[in-house]
Amino acid sequence: MTDFLSLMSQGPRKIAVTGHFGCGKTEFAVSLAMELAKMNIPNLALADLDLENPYFRSRERMEELENAGVKVYSDPFRGKNGSELQTLDPAIRTPLEDNSCRVILDAGGDFTGAMILNQYSKFLKEDTQLLYVLNKNRPGTADLESALFQLRSIEDTTSLSVSGIISNTHLIRYTTEEDVIEGWEFAQELSAMTGIPALCACCMEHLVPLVSGKGFDVFPIGMYMRDTYLDKQV
Amino acid sequence: MKKILMKGNEAFAEAAIRAGCKCYCGYPITPQNEIPEYMSHELPKAGGAFVQAESELAAINMAYGAAASGGRVFISSSSPGISLMQEGLGFICSAEVPLVVLNVSRGGPGVGGIQPGQADYNQVTRGGYNGDCKIPVFAPAGIQECVDLIYECFDLAEEYRNPMMILADGMMGQMMEPIVLPEAKGITPVDKISEEKPWAITGTDSHPGRNVIYSLRMEPDVLEKHVYHLFEKYEKAEKELVRYKSQGLEDAEIVFVAFGTMSRLCAEAVELLAEKGIKAGLIRPISLWPFPDKAFDEIGDKCKIVISTELSMGQMLADVKSAVAGRWKCGLINRTGGIVPSSLEIVERAIKLWEEAK
Repeated sequence: MTDFLSLMSQGPRKIAVTGHFGCGKTEFAVSLAMELAKMNIPNLALADLDLENPYFRSRERMEELENAGVKVYSDPFRGKNGSELQTLDPAIRTPLEDNSCRVILDAGGDFTGAMILNQYSKFLKEDTQLLYVLNKNRPGTADLESALFQLRSIEDTTSLSVSGIISNTHLIRYTTEEDVIEGWEFAQELSAMTGIPALCACCMEHLVPLVSGKGFDVFPIGMYMRDTYLDKQV
Repeated sequence: MKKILMKGNEAFAEAAIRAGCKCYCGYPITPQNEIPEYMSHELPKAGGAFVQAESELAAINMAYGAAASGGRVFISSSSPGISLMQEGLGFICSAEVPLVVLNVSRGGPGVGGIQPGQADYNQVTRGGYNGDCKIPVFAPAGIQECVDLIYECFDLAEEYRNPMMILADGMMGQMMEPIVLPEAKGITPVDKISEEKPWAITGTDSHPGRNVIYSLRMEPDVLEKHVYHLFEKYEKAEKELVRYKSQGLEDAEIVFVAFGTMSRLCAEAVELLAEKGIKAGLIRPISLWPFPDKAFDEIGDKCKIVISTELSMGQMLADVKSAVAGRWKCGLINRTGGIVPSSLEIVERAIKLWEEAK
């Protein structure tokens, strides 16, 4: 088991996933939940707290997640109502209060999306890790200054401290080995500036062998949120 | 050039800015909200003006006024919002004012839902506006194509002195794609506008006498002459703006016709059918009006059925039947209400239609 997965499965049990809008938080959060489910972690939950996006929210994969053993919390209609109600299921408190649960909190993008964590602040004072997902190929986090701004604005808004950086530099199915390595180096630079550890580099399964053994943990992204037809050339 | 990852709506807004958009008037509606949001903070940085209108009715009329001054104007909305703009669009066609309009469409009718839809096909190809006028409409199948079309449509709108519309469904607005953004053109200064567009209202310092932009013509013979003038432009559009892509038509037994998100699903369905030994092809109209009738002439003798594949109740089927002109049987594969079918569903339904047609 990688140090990263060991931290995710045995470290603080409440894992809040934040980052710049469109950095790939949801795909990472769903992949992480599925990976922990494969490890037979008991009482796994994922809370989709995204109040910003109308599409591509982790609740769209509720069936796959729950079949794998991950209880999904989202809005009071459990994703069945397509409207953008800015409401969340009150039952989200269950995995936060229940010490036997390991829960992934999938927040919306930017500090505006992370703001929702304040609603649960009393549950996030301890036993919590705040992850910051970083994609260098997004215009809003393409340089260190803006990546740092995003990170600090999320911390300022939530009054929480980022405990780990997740390198998620990619171009969806067009990602190359070089993108992943360049992204990791970028995450390392942000880590050096902030003292916050960079925990792993994410990439699609087929790239894992190409970037393994280079001194950092690699986490495979399952592409649960991205239907294959969206990348068909026509 | 290095690609960057952008969400559709952000990229569409940035494409308009780079095309030299001077004014954007918007009103929020899902699934295109990121466009006014992006414009609100990025357009002023580029020297343009963002106006949050009080409704889509206000937005289209603000756009009409702003575009009459000759600057490049962009407007976006989603299905019911575009319905509200219909009156203004007709006025703008008659007044011969250039404008670029983007519809990030969703499910209808009425308020409908916020998931992707293509049921605005009739509205965008036939228009909800009154009178004899037309608006060329392009349907991209991805973010890069949509970015390139928005960028180009500013030039086309000026060339034709007519609105140009782009129909990108909600999936395209919300999905992400690695893209290359076009070069920023910058906003045209007023003195250059009056030189390039002598019709524009730029103030009497820049043009002699009054420039008046209007759609009211009380004398029937004057109005009839004006309509014939407009139709000369539409005839030109029918010759010059037809765009489509096709694949595998020559020996296809099944031919899908699909645009936007549905065309990507059909491309996957074509591959899945090939695995089953069934040869299928695809016509992807890029221009919905003018419809690419000539693409259908590429269909070979083996064709058993031409299937309109759409997120609406057969709205495009009428144009498909017209283009087919009785040469082959026609069928429909559709979902509506915001539901996007899987490529497997398309394959199953296509095989059923194909077997019935054989």
